Amino acid sequence: MRLLLNKFILGLSTLSALIGLAFLGWILITLFLKGISSFHFGLFLNDLIHGGLRNLIIGQLIIAALASLIGIPLGMIAGIYIREYGRGKYAELIRNLSDIMVSAPSIVIGAFVYAVVVVPTGGTSGFAGSIALSIMMIPIVINTTDSMLSLVPKELREAGIALGASKYKVIIDIVIKSAKVGIMTGILLAFARIVGETAPLLFTSETSNYFSLDLTESFPSLTVSIYDLANEPEKASRDLAWAASFILTVMVLIINLTGRFITRTKK
Amino acid sequence: MEKFFQKISITSASLVLVILIGIFITLFNASKPAIDEFGFGFITNSSWNEEITIDNPIIHVEEEIPVIDEDTIMDDDDMIIDEDSTSLNTKTIFGGFIPIIGTLLSTLIALVFSLPIAMGIAVFLAEIAPKNISHTVSIAIELLAAIPSIIFGMWGLYYFAPIVSGIVGGYQVSLLTAGLVLGVMILPFMAAVTRDSMNTTPDVLKESAYALGATKFEVIKDIIFPYSKVGIIGSIILALGRALGETMAVAFLIGSIFSLPSSLNSPTISIPVAMANNFGEANGIGESALFYLALILFVISFAVISIAKFFFLKGHKS
Repeated sequence: MRLLLNKFILGLSTLSALIGLAFLGWILITLFLKGISSFHFGLFLNDLIHGGLRNLIIGQLIIAALASLIGIPLGMIAGIYIREYGRGKYAELIRNLSDIMVSAPSIVIGAFVYAVVVVPTGGTSGFAGSIALSIMMIPIVINTTDSMLSLVPKELREAGIALGASKYKVIIDIVIKSAKVGIMTGILLAFARIVGETAPLLFTSETSNYFSLDLTESFPSLTVSIYDLANEPEKASRDLAWAASFILTVMVLIINLTGRFITRTKK
Repeated sequence: MEKFFQKISITSASLVLVILIGIFITLFNASKPAIDEFGFGFITNSSWNEEITIDNPIIHVEEEIPVIDEDTIMDDDDMIIDEDSTSLNTKTIFGGFIPIIGTLLSTLIALVFSLPIAMGIAVFLAEIAPKNISHTVSIAIELLAAIPSIIFGMWGLYYFAPIVSGIVGGYQVSLLTAGLVLGVMILPFMAAVTRDSMNTTPDVLKESAYALGATKFEVIKDIIFPYSKVGIIGSIILALGRALGETMAVAFLIGSIFSLPSSLNSPTISIPVAMANNFGEANGIGESALFYLALILFVISFAVISIAKFFFLKGHKS
């Protein structure tokens, strides 16, 4: 009886793992089939106004890249502070707050940026979108940096200090260097996460049908356009949305897997 | 240089605090008009953007003094103009009850659906599967977590919802389908965090139980669950906190109409979806009401996540 129950429960547990995998497979296969059937290379050459996705893909990447340009240095330095400099309550508070901010609703961040950037500057802009995404990115980078630095053995730091290096030198030349790979992975995963975000961009960057490099205007966004296109009644629009989703997912998964791959090969 | 670097680092770290306080203050300021207008009754009021007639004291006064003919005529003219603009005796009411209920119910459905599956996956990964299979499945599950939420929404609307509504009947866009897709979305996160909690159980404890002749299930039930109970509850609450604020997956499926769901398979709306769909067109008190909703969502999810972090996952570091 005990053995039977054991078998039964273990079977159920294996079944749930299979269900999880089935959902992943289902979503990916759907995306692949729908995406491939409406995919053609013209999508990369034309802008949305001519039925292509070129401006949207480039726009999304620019917004996310600019967000990383703001978010990565700030997040890394803040992470260094709580691990290397901060001792005591304040660093602990920042660590906890950033931990909470990782899970903060992204739409609320969008509303915040709308109120402090979009309204004062008079309209949606690529900058506003980047700021919203960078706010999402900072806590993720802080957490990664913090936990990767915690893996660096204390002896390495002590050796550096014993050689007469200043604390700043030790951090830059020794601690960061040895945690480099882990931090890189964390940054790639953070980028993969923000590049697929929609909610914070809805009323900050919005989207645009035209190619644009002007970050002070409404900026083309792949994810926001997917949302618009998917809700349109014409089949052509929905097909385009599927093709765009396919490209977006491939992009996100490649970045994500690259991140994981670096850690594996280096270890 | 040393001093300079230290200054920069403490400034960047403080930015987190500044942003959080900034979000709170900004949301509060922006929702001030709505808070003044509707007060806490906003939370339990189920009308949204509804015009209601209110007793206007001026009308009573006008009715009471029909003394001189000319004046009465004047008043009549005024009345006509007033009725045209509908500004004096009607008022637009906003209440957050429906989106708040929609948010809570869809999260609850997601939780009920994903909890058993996530537990099963976590047990499978932590205890049953051999190392290499566990590793591969872990990566697959984490990839599921990496898929952008808008993809879940589209897949849910066009492929998952038709099947669900085919089985249980009712609308394809409904509280139920939104909750289920939300459940699929939080599944990988919940499974991953739960697995990490289970992995904290010391091997010695498990080995002692096995040595006494316990089956795998008994070890899981009597050793691992009691040992990592607190962490597991924390993981569940954390997943719940994330589900509360999810926008895109729910936006495709919940129906986005301001009406109380009469059953599980009728459409309604949640706070993030109300914001996503109405923010662009809203202005004045309507926009302020949306900010009020954002503030409520922010406070709820902040509280839920804090509870998970501080009461249950203390000392846990992902």
